[in-house]
Amino acid sequence: MAENNGWDQFDAGTILFSFNDKVDNIATTHAENRPYSNSNSYTASVGDWRVAKPIFNKDFCIDCQFCWIYCPDMSILSRDKKMVGVDYDHCKGCGICVEVCPTNPKSLLMFNEQHDDEEALASWPEKESKEK
Amino acid sequence: MADKMDLLDVEVWDGNMAASQAFRQAQIDVVAAYPITPSTPVVENYAGFLADGYVDGEYVMVESEHAAMSGCVGAAAAGGRVATATSSQGFALMVEVLYQASGMRLPIVLEVVNRALAAPLNVNGDHSDMYLGRDSGWIQLDTFSPQEAYDLTLMAFKIGEDHNVRLPVMVHQDGFISSHTAQGVKTIDDDTAYNFLGEFQPFNAMLDFEKPASYGVQTEEDWHFEHKARQHNDLMTKVFPKIDEVFADFKKLTGREYRILEEYAMDDAEVAIVVMGTSVESTRIVCAELREQGIKAGVLGIRVLRPFPMEKIAAALSGVKAVATLDRSSPNGTVGMLFNEMSGVMINATERPIINNYIYGLGGRDLTIEHIRGIYGDLQENAKAGSLQQPLQQFIGLRGPKLSFY
Repeated sequence: MAENNGWDQFDAGTILFSFNDKVDNIATTHAENRPYSNSNSYTASVGDWRVAKPIFNKDFCIDCQFCWIYCPDMSILSRDKKMVGVDYDHCKGCGICVEVCPTNPKSLLMFNEQHDDEEALASWPEKESKEK
Repeated sequence: MADKMDLLDVEVWDGNMAASQAFRQAQIDVVAAYPITPSTPVVENYAGFLADGYVDGEYVMVESEHAAMSGCVGAAAAGGRVATATSSQGFALMVEVLYQASGMRLPIVLEVVNRALAAPLNVNGDHSDMYLGRDSGWIQLDTFSPQEAYDLTLMAFKIGEDHNVRLPVMVHQDGFISSHTAQGVKTIDDDTAYNFLGEFQPFNAMLDFEKPASYGVQTEEDWHFEHKARQHNDLMTKVFPKIDEVFADFKKLTGREYRILEEYAMDDAEVAIVVMGTSVESTRIVCAELREQGIKAGVLGIRVLRPFPMEKIAAALSGVKAVATLDRSSPNGTVGMLFNEMSGVMINATERPIINNYIYGLGGRDLTIEHIRGIYGDLQENAKAGSLQQPLQQFIGLRGPKLSFY
């Protein structure tokens, strides 16, 4: 969308279109292959007000997909039912993925936004033993 | 496929039934409604038509008028023909969503059966709710009788749905005096009425799966002004030509003639009353009586309140010596809306009439023939003297000491 469009240069109503072209079978097309328009938030970074981020540790992940199902912003990246990582352009840092992660220790943990990823993975907590 | 209803050429309908029959003939896709006196029968009758198989559509029962208009916004954005009805407090509760509907350019038809606003609580007719909606970006059509409620409700769809217009339309009728008063209403048969409107033509429908659209997006200082300007421009430039066109087509179809400004005996009028709703008819009666006595009286009925037909009114009032503006809504601390509007119209005219203001009929108080004779009497005094001979604003039909201001 041109930045300097005048008042007479858009369709009536406050309407934005998700795609540049007409689409077909969009539900079975991966996001990266969709013809998203510039007015779709897919093409924008909308995670910059996040203060805490989830970090993914694949060593403990069982690919249960709970995080993918529960994420309210489609920010868990998953392919062929394998957890791939977190889309930090769209993740708002709500922590739901961490909350629902069932592994021990958790495969996703919340860290301060500025926390170093490598350091986080290196200091990942040990498995908690069950109390008998 | 919906069943057809056999109608007599003239049916005995009140304004509510007239509106619901127009809704039925328009074959609305979605009505989301919440009942409130005196508009309840509009949607109640419609629900009956739907249950009896006379309509193919959805009827959504919601928990409030806010939800009713929200449902209408969703359905209209999705790409359907949509309408509902309300009054008074219900209208007030809808106000937030009215601005959403017009800003999103959704051609919803809202039958507003005019009623006073509380407190004190009151179910009878005045124009408080109509006045409340006048900055909301909707087209506002005013009707003076059940026949007009029927005709204009039908035409409202055709006006608002035009792709150059794409604006929601309110059709106003007076609570009880029009809505609950049965009169002979000339009908149009179902096929003719539906074909007059034609099938609803979606425009950037949200539920077009090939080209989905997001409605109701946020804009800040970078875009908001442009959207509002576009809406105002379209109200100012697109609506009147469309109304003229629809009124002309309707006259061809039915012989019934409507005009953006309803002028009655205005051609050589020296004294004129500007008024809305059912009071237009009462005022015409007095006007005709005065004409028989050789008094050059006229009546200006406002058919289209928004957009406001400024040039037409200026032309109609040019040469008039004294004008009374009758407002059926409490001005609450200033002059009545019609006084302001008429003064605004005439301020740049070379020959300005003397303009005064009457507040009448609040909460359903009668406006009598005698009241109107009295107003014309005031106007004749003003016309003769060439200046205002009474207080600028007078309350009429009020008990207690005479109340007037300015």
